[in-house]
Amino acid sequence: MNGKSQARATACRPGPVLVYLSRMHYLLEVEGVRKVFPGVVALDDVSLRVSAGTVHALMGENGAGKSTLMNIVAGLLTPDAGDVRLRGRVAMIHQELHLMPSMTVAENVFLGREPLTRFRLVDDAALARRTAAVLATLNVDVDPDARVADLSLAQRQMVEIARAVSREADVLIMDEPTSTLSEREVAKLFSIVADLRARGKAVIYITHKIDEVFLIADEVTVMRDGRVVGSLPASQLDRDRLITMMVGRELTQLFPKNNVPTDRIAISVRGLSQEGVFSDVSFDVRCGEILGVAGLVGSRRTEVAETLFGLRRPSSGEITIDGAPVRIDSPVAAIERGIAFLTEDRMSSGLFPPLNVHENMEVPVLNGEFVSGGFVRQTRLLEACRVAAAAVHIKSPDQLFEPVQHLSGGNQQKVLVGRWLLTAPRILILDEPTRGVDVGAKAEIHRLIATLAADGAAVIMISSEMPEILGMSDRVMVMRQGHVAGIVERSEANQVELMRLAAN
Amino acid sequence: MLIGIAVMFELIGWSTRGSSFLFNGQRLLVMVLQVSIVGLLAIGVTQVILTGGIDLSSGSVVALAAMIAASLAQTPNARAVFPELTNLPVVVPVAAGLATGALAGLVNGSLIAYTQIPPFIATLGMMVSARGLARYYTQGQPISMLTDHYTSLGAGAVPVVIFLAVAVGFHILLRHTRYGKYTYAIGANPLAARVSGVRVERHLIVVYTIAGFLAGLGGVVTSARAASGQAGMGMSYELDAIAAAVIGGTSLSGGIGRITGTVIGTIILGIMTSGFTFVGLDAYIQDIVKGGVIVSAVVVDRYRHRLPAKA
Repeated sequence: MNGKSQARATACRPGPVLVYLSRMHYLLEVEGVRKVFPGVVALDDVSLRVSAGTVHALMGENGAGKSTLMNIVAGLLTPDAGDVRLRGRVAMIHQELHLMPSMTVAENVFLGREPLTRFRLVDDAALARRTAAVLATLNVDVDPDARVADLSLAQRQMVEIARAVSREADVLIMDEPTSTLSEREVAKLFSIVADLRARGKAVIYITHKIDEVFLIADEVTVMRDGRVVGSLPASQLDRDRLITMMVGRELTQLFPKNNVPTDRIAISVRGLSQEGVFSDVSFDVRCGEILGVAGLVGSRRTEVAETLFGLRRPSSGEITIDGAPVRIDSPVAAIERGIAFLTEDRMSSGLFPPLNVHENMEVPVLNGEFVSGGFVRQTRLLEACRVAAAAVHIKSPDQLFEPVQHLSGGNQQKVLVGRWLLTAPRILILDEPTRGVDVGAKAEIHRLIATLAADGAAVIMISSEMPEILGMSDRVMVMRQGHVAGIVERSEANQVELMRLAAN
Repeated sequence: MLIGIAVMFELIGWSTRGSSFLFNGQRLLVMVLQVSIVGLLAIGVTQVILTGGIDLSSGSVVALAAMIAASLAQTPNARAVFPELTNLPVVVPVAAGLATGALAGLVNGSLIAYTQIPPFIATLGMMVSARGLARYYTQGQPISMLTDHYTSLGAGAVPVVIFLAVAVGFHILLRHTRYGKYTYAIGANPLAARVSGVRVERHLIVVYTIAGFLAGLGGVVTSARAASGQAGMGMSYELDAIAAAVIGGTSLSGGIGRITGTVIGTIILGIMTSGFTFVGLDAYIQDIVKGGVIVSAVVVDRYRHRLPAKA
């Protein structure tokens, strides 16, 4: 990783040496970088300068392009246009930590660069000594011989930082490092970051937490939709200005919304908690209503949905459906109560990749009218699948018999929507229903959601896309770190308000 | 592939021995007969592999079921295992053999579903233990002097009939019942199956129990045919069964495969054994070639499946 980025740094170096020298105090300069993924412009004309001895916060909504930019800086992606100039080494501390759990702290810190004895064996004594030295300079109290699997998440993060420091990285990228840490651990992390700054390193700090920015950052860059909205010293910013910079986007999409919420409450959730995950979640959804659920990564929206569907057990709380308290301890029980759950990740928990379209759709309805004595009533079932497939407009060469893995992402998602359509759900939970689908499929899925609600279903729609939340929801529930931060009526919902609730 | 191998032996037969390989009723019968036990196991393991699992215990369960069934099928004689339990109606040993197999499968399935240990390990344990139990049962002594009713279950073409009947039954079961649909769904994506309302653990237990039941049936038929129960029966049959399923196109990653393929895979194994003997190939070389055929069948299958996906 380091070698690669250095090589490019050399290749990208501008002609006249004098120009280069005059910029010496910048450890990292990104200029006019553009990156296109199939169908999406991930980064467009992005520039960023980070000086030695500063902490530079990088902010923006999910999908603003922060991670893509950092992957380019770290040399994991190649930009389609623009320059990246880097002085020294860069190290990235990922959101999902990249450590080997079964190996010791020392082995992880020096992975791939182990000190050797003259017999070309790993010199364990030197390994432990050097690791202890690195940990000591960071003021981290972790045993170099401990197995990483036995460490807390915070300790693992310290080990990652130790690894980066021991590689003499000059630019450290931290991707939402505090999302899994307790308050005390955060304080510890901040002292380490301050220490790195004092030693002349540059720290790029990606975060969603606005308060952290004012605690630790010297400069702030805000990104939105693949562009840089602005780069300012933290001292010239305040909370409101920052939020406006993050969300200030025009709503240009049109949403087909024809549902009218009734007065009948379909599902009512009171004080739902799962220890250490989320707590005291309460809300109602009425028949015909779309409740949007907004929140940042790690706000535990998916976990609440999984609990409603019986995939997780709550530690306390009550769920009432149509006025009667219910216990939902398995997806089977949830489906029997008329609940459908379109999961967030269609590859891992949605599709049956080797099976064809109708085999993907029919699994939840293999009972009642479609089965008699264990035998599937194929004709009746195929007819129902055909109707559902037509309703969701699946474009499939061999219709119901096409292997689902040959379809586009949008059509795969429509197959999954069709699956739940077959169950005629009364409560529909959708987790990122349009993630990774093209614009056309997106509009069709939105139309379907609205139609289902118009027909009287209660819809709970988790989404990280602000336009989708604002365009589709009758009310919006905002979650923050496992709590309900607020429930906002459609008429009062706007991006600034929702972001204020979500970002603390 | 089936036809290819058959034609190859036919040609070799005409050119070297001047006689037909295929057009010989006796040889065709023997060909299927010698793989019909493996075929029963292959059907059981096919549905296990469809769920994304594996069953290594079937060969040993054949032996255990054969011993237990045979011990209850003896005529009165000086060395009967249970001297008071001789000349029992044939249904008793048959039921005991089937129940033994089902019980072994139930243990496999429960271990896999509730302790989350890999199927490879759970059934490896059963493979070793069931073989040990089969030997311990009579301290390694074979059990002979079985009733005529019992031995008639393995006589003549009966094993072939049982194999083909079971194959037809399981073809229908997997293609046209909820049981079959759930089996494919679990193998294709267990998490998605759970979200879609499949009771995954419960279903897996049933699948392994049925696989054990078929191994028990294999044990009954084997001991009936041999007119004795021996602890060494079914040795390495589990591997032949897995080979038959895989040659027949069942994917070890789950969710892909058919009983018709497994039947063809079984018969290919049979043709190879008969054919090699027919052309007079050395027995050791037979094994060498057989190993190669198993691997190349899967390579060819993978290649065939990959091409359309790329296009």
